[in-house]
Amino acid sequence: MSEIAITVENLGKKYRIRHQAGRGQTNLREALSQGVSRLLEMKRPSSDEVEEFWALRNVSFETRRGDVLGIIGRNGAGKSTFLKLLSRITEPSTGSIEFSGRIASLLEVGTGFHPELSGRENIFLNGAILGMHRTEIRRKFDDIVNFAGVEQFLDTPVKHYSSGMYMRLAFAVAAHLDTDILLVDEVLAVGDADFQKKCIGKMHEVAQEHGRTVIFVSHNMPAVKSLCNRTLHLERGSVVAYGSTEEVLSSYLAKGSSNSGKWICEDPRPVQPGIQLLSVEMEDSEGASGMTYFSSRDLIVTTTFRLSATIPSLCVGFDIVTADGATAFRCYQTDQPENVWLRQKVGINRWTCTIPAGLLNGGTYYVSPRIALHNVKGLVMLDAVIQFEVMLSHGVSPFWNRERPGCVAPIMPWSAQEV
Amino acid sequence: MNRVGLIKHSMASTETLSKMETAPVAAAKTLPVIRVEASTGWLRLDLAAVWAHRELLYFLIWREIKVRYKQTALGAIWALLQPLMTMLVFTLFFGRLAKVPSDGIPYPIFAFSGLVPWTFFANAVTLSSNCLVNSANLITKVYFPRLTIPTAAVLSGLVDFAIAFAFLLLMMMAYKIRLTEQIVFIPFFVLLAIITALGVGLWLSAINVKYRDVRHTVPFLTQFWMFATPIVYPSSMLHEQWQRTIYGLNPMVGVIEGFRWSLLGSATKPGIMLAISTASALALLVSGAYYFRRMERTFADLV
Repeated sequence: MSEIAITVENLGKKYRIRHQAGRGQTNLREALSQGVSRLLEMKRPSSDEVEEFWALRNVSFETRRGDVLGIIGRNGAGKSTFLKLLSRITEPSTGSIEFSGRIASLLEVGTGFHPELSGRENIFLNGAILGMHRTEIRRKFDDIVNFAGVEQFLDTPVKHYSSGMYMRLAFAVAAHLDTDILLVDEVLAVGDADFQKKCIGKMHEVAQEHGRTVIFVSHNMPAVKSLCNRTLHLERGSVVAYGSTEEVLSSYLAKGSSNSGKWICEDPRPVQPGIQLLSVEMEDSEGASGMTYFSSRDLIVTTTFRLSATIPSLCVGFDIVTADGATAFRCYQTDQPENVWLRQKVGINRWTCTIPAGLLNGGTYYVSPRIALHNVKGLVMLDAVIQFEVMLSHGVSPFWNRERPGCVAPIMPWSAQEV
Repeated sequence: MNRVGLIKHSMASTETLSKMETAPVAAAKTLPVIRVEASTGWLRLDLAAVWAHRELLYFLIWREIKVRYKQTALGAIWALLQPLMTMLVFTLFFGRLAKVPSDGIPYPIFAFSGLVPWTFFANAVTLSSNCLVNSANLITKVYFPRLTIPTAAVLSGLVDFAIAFAFLLLMMMAYKIRLTEQIVFIPFFVLLAIITALGVGLWLSAINVKYRDVRHTVPFLTQFWMFATPIVYPSSMLHEQWQRTIYGLNPMVGVIEGFRWSLLGSATKPGIMLAISTASALALLVSGAYYFRRMERTFADLV
């Protein structure tokens, strides 16, 4: 028998969405007048004004102490809602969660940091917000500072910190909290590779050495794969799969991806006013499309999108993702020199990218479209919309007759130098 | 109870971990089980949770104070300038021109002794009514008893109050007004001011989460409230007992009158009026706290 750390039963969270656009906040006058008219007419507000939206519905599962649970799913799948419920920030509409002990969330690290306060002061403040006692913070102060690597800047207001330093300090405080359950949401997206390694190490330590439970929400499949032993896959508020990370990840990547070489966006809403992704297609240089491609032919990826105005900072591209969720590479149209960038048209644009023959190794890959505003935000971050297989066929050498490791398999030029 | 077995199990299934650790540190075996589910109706206040987070309260107050006068040239002098300037204006217009009576106390002292607690109250109400909206990033990210936020907003004003109060004592020395033993009652009246401010702050902050109209209402509210409170005029202008009884329903009446009485020995003795003020302050606080708790569950979704 193993100890259950978290029991989730029939959990649901309902939000009400008002249909009048641009009415975020309620106005006292409206509430009063509605209340009065309701009293006068004795009727309830008509139900079509308000749409109910279930961010989570009928979610049930259990985790054991010491598990590192990954939660994956596309945007809007309910991942963040689940973390909010678990950390008691907001209440569920149905069902329950049971757990014991202290929960710390890194929903967004640096919560409560005040820009005017120094690093030292923020450590204490942030620690207190996360539920640490002063003596506890004092005891761990040096560890926190070392972990973050901000010794020289302890007495500088954090508004002068670089974003990396800020992040590191914020994560360091949270990571040193003695919790029974640690919630981590996408922190690894920030920080340099070195720091990411530190964070992953810390999460391992928390889970394994101290037998605590870590819940890790991420889009970063390799991170989920290397960190989590169990994974929960949510989609539109419901559990799609729950089990060992390997099983769930492979079904996650395969699910929802088209294997006909063509993917058409089902969700007609623009990702941002004026930008709408329509489809992604793939074919080889001979015009053949489907599931399997020969590595000796060029692969042509076509992204079709609609613009209602041209956008100078628009970046259109895609990731090629390997079967285990790692990104083989990412490319944007704007990676080319500026003078050859494609001209955006108002209306439908079809942009093609050629992945040269002889680049990819044999294996299964996914195409994940990416549309972003340069340095502002990512608009389309869909995962694995097209699944395809590559048959290695460009190796012409008699010595190249078996599979090789790696996701690329280019033939490189060699030469000998005179000695 | 098979803790070690469990650890082994989970380690085996995590391929990246190779080394076997010793048994985990002795975590408390019987941690209280927390159950998260939908709540209905009125919630209990759960003051124990607030008490458990008293260090957080302390840090929030400390942050508020620390940050308040950052990047200001005058710094904490602002705490003094606000009531002082108002006092000068009042002295000129009400004292000199309108010749409002002041119970035989020099008008500047009379006005200032009212303005010191009043400024504390008005600032506390203004700060606390906006505090939840201003702490949106905390509320949507971390769980802790939300009651700590308005409480911190109210209590953080005590430093400003202390500065202004010290200045009031200096002014009294300049006017050669003797302190009497009644001064021992001052803490009670400060407490009453805190209770009143917190009561109003809880109501307004919780309403403000949903109805942002509050932020536009507060400046008027405090202004009207000031004139309903004996700041510029003495309550002795009301003669009838029933008038004074109704007057006492405004808890700040009790605060200001009591303040003047214990500091300046002014004629108005705290009597039935103070009892009424105290009762109405407590009613404000308790109702505010319950209303706040009731609204609390929607804060993170609405703020």
